[in-house]
Amino acid sequence: MQGVLWTLLPRVETKKGELMTLKDQMMIDRLAEAARTGKISRRNFMHHSMAAGMTAMTATGLWTSTAMAQPKSGGTLRVAQHDGNTTDTHDIGVYQSNFDIGLVHSHRSFLTMINSDGTLGPDLATEWSATPDASEWTFVLNSAATFHNGNKVTANDVIASMNYHRGDDSTSAAKALLAGVEDIVDNGDSVTFKLSGGNADLPWLLTDYHLAIVPANPDGTADWQSGIGSGPYKIVDMEFGTGGRLVRHDGWHGEGAYFDEIEMLVINDPNARQTALVTGDVDTASLLENKTLGLLGRDPNIEVENVASAQAVTMPMHMDTAPFDIPEVRNALKLAVNREELVEKITFGAATIGNDFHHSPAMPYWPEDIEQRQYDPDQARALLKSVDMEGLTVNFSTADSITTGAVDASILMAEHAKAAGININVVREPNDGYWSDVWLVKPWCMVVWGARPTPDVMYSLAYSAGAAWNESRFENEQFNTLLNAAKSELDDSLRAEMYRDMAVIARDEGGTLIPYFPNFVYARRSNVGRGDSLSPAWQMDGYRYASRWWFT
Amino acid sequence: MGDLLGLVLKRLGLGLVTLLVVSILIFFAVELLPGDTAQQILGQGATEETVRALREQLGLDRPMVVRYLDWLSGAIFFDFGVSAISGDPVTASIGPRFANTLFLACYAAVIAVPIAIFLGVLVALFRNTVFDRVANVLTLTSISSPEFFLGYILILYLAVKTSLFPAISSLSEGMTFGELLHRTFLPALTLVLVVTAHMMRMTRAAIINLLSSPYIEMARLKGMPPFKVIVRHALPNAWAPIINVVALNLAYLITGVVLVEVVFVYPGVGQLLVDAVSKRDFPVVQACCLIFAATFILLNLAADVGTILTNPRLRHPK
Repeated sequence: MQGVLWTLLPRVETKKGELMTLKDQMMIDRLAEAARTGKISRRNFMHHSMAAGMTAMTATGLWTSTAMAQPKSGGTLRVAQHDGNTTDTHDIGVYQSNFDIGLVHSHRSFLTMINSDGTLGPDLATEWSATPDASEWTFVLNSAATFHNGNKVTANDVIASMNYHRGDDSTSAAKALLAGVEDIVDNGDSVTFKLSGGNADLPWLLTDYHLAIVPANPDGTADWQSGIGSGPYKIVDMEFGTGGRLVRHDGWHGEGAYFDEIEMLVINDPNARQTALVTGDVDTASLLENKTLGLLGRDPNIEVENVASAQAVTMPMHMDTAPFDIPEVRNALKLAVNREELVEKITFGAATIGNDFHHSPAMPYWPEDIEQRQYDPDQARALLKSVDMEGLTVNFSTADSITTGAVDASILMAEHAKAAGININVVREPNDGYWSDVWLVKPWCMVVWGARPTPDVMYSLAYSAGAAWNESRFENEQFNTLLNAAKSELDDSLRAEMYRDMAVIARDEGGTLIPYFPNFVYARRSNVGRGDSLSPAWQMDGYRYASRWWFT
Repeated sequence: MGDLLGLVLKRLGLGLVTLLVVSILIFFAVELLPGDTAQQILGQGATEETVRALREQLGLDRPMVVRYLDWLSGAIFFDFGVSAISGDPVTASIGPRFANTLFLACYAAVIAVPIAIFLGVLVALFRNTVFDRVANVLTLTSISSPEFFLGYILILYLAVKTSLFPAISSLSEGMTFGELLHRTFLPALTLVLVVTAHMMRMTRAAIINLLSSPYIEMARLKGMPPFKVIVRHALPNAWAPIINVVALNLAYLITGVVLVEVVFVYPGVGQLLVDAVSKRDFPVVQACCLIFAATFILLNLAADVGTILTNPRLRHPK
């Protein structure tokens, strides 16, 4: 929703033709959010919007959201995709790059999908239900779904695909995600997942990009090598690291898929992506540089999208290593960061401020009433004094490749901390090998996490006791009890309450500093149409642009 | 002439030994990098369990020397193995990309070499004039700027502002040769700008060096026009250093164009090598590096042969 509104922003005219300031943009963003959640009347909305520098017409446009344009079929969408490597693969177990993830949503299907508005919807499964303890889930398969070779998608294919990630010799990155699955049963037109414990989030988990459904081989193994899927587009040519061409799969079971063809082009250089978009060599481009957003938005042929996401920049401190084993030290560091300035100067406003619990406003069950931690160097200093740690010196590891402006953000943070008498040594580590040699190894480092669909997934992966990726070595009994209780709780309001309690524990007792949640920033030529909202799951409408967008 | 053939054969033999040494160095250099293939493939998604399983699958649990000898026994028979990531034969993944790189290098060389030598002769002729200074300043500026910067400047003026040429040079099947030349003109031009200065200045220096020799003075004294003096008398004796510099620059066109590939989205072998190193895909890294090493060896050999052929004293030794 925020994405829709944002597209209007760069074209917003100011009263005196001045450039709109970031503050105004943030104000409009807040207004739009208020309008969305029904917290503000139309009259008030118009009043405040015009105060923020918009003309009446733009404000009306913002209020009525985008006009409901009718999708049209046809055309070849040319996509500039970042993060494409010659080492990309069709192997669902090792998907990692954005190119892989962008491609899989075009040519393969999943059991469920995250809709444009962030809710959960059907993909290959038409409906699903659970036993009351949420330990058995049955998914009814869409009988119209076919693979690109014409074969029907059967329960057998689903089981083969899931089993590819399971088992002792599996090398899949999704192995941990399916660790709770004990058995998958073939019921003919449906499959039943039997879990070792309740998991109310299983349908959300199945949207993970590794869990695409591939055809089963006769021996029951998964055939990922052929590249055959049951998605809206089938692959005609594909050369990893360069790009490829896909055409519409006529037997697709879903709605949409308006383009005749999709041409994916790997453009890793941000400048080249942007230039290709400006010169019209491509119709849409993923991941733009925040610093050029304002300029790009002024081009009338280009629509910039800026979508709040559940990606997160985290700074985990090893809670069993001195000095981070002292709660006051951790909280002093959390207080010594000026998050607003980081968002403004490093991300150019394209991020949501974090509050030290790994649950973004773009995720369901977000607790909105937890007080935002502010920059307070005096309190930080006082906390350190109370444990005799004044003038604390700590090392902080970071690397350029983590996120846009990672090193700059770290240096700015070190400057903020100086006001609290804390000396942060920013250690710039090599990009290469960061995930094997720095992450989970160095006691305090910078990390970026991809968007996860639910708080349970995120907390289970990186905050539960004994999790392989527990980056802050956080072991809190109450937190873990709540996590387990919430996992199998099917009552939404009870669950929301538990996630609120967990957020407070993580915020005040945990070891992870979360300065901000970066937005997804991308753009399309203005002749490309899209629906009312853009999915917060991934770049480019949850990477489902191929089936959801169209040429106007 | 028999001596020349002997020399070529001897140099090729030494080249093979060099390649063997290079392959050993590359292998251990890749081993020294932090993290192994399994960790790099799984990246942030790695757990101890999956890394161990993947290591076994890839055969990384065997000792280093055994893995090297295993690779070498295939490479002797031109079997460079399969990529550790995709499982495709290395030759299949490198082949088309290397062809693209060669095409771009040839395209740039065909433009750059004649221009550089011609300009070199001209600036030698008009040495210390305004023309000489301007040509020097311009070519030195272009060689001193990073390639990606030159690329962006060309894109800005020739693609964004004037739309004379496409900003990205992605290739598609069924392009005519004309389209291909048009589409890859900007990267080729960038490379031309980068390599011209070196060759031009060497030509100039080599010629000027000879201009003080007595036989040039003789030519001048008999009333020969300056241009003819340079082309007929000075240039033939200046070929040796020029050929060496041309060979070095040609090697650079093949091995050093990663940045140009990235800026113009050109599917050459440079990006493949960068990706392979970051994923520790040893067979691909090894094959790419051996190709690059062989390029240098062959071009150096060609330069030496060229030097001998252009010098009658070496061609007909007493």
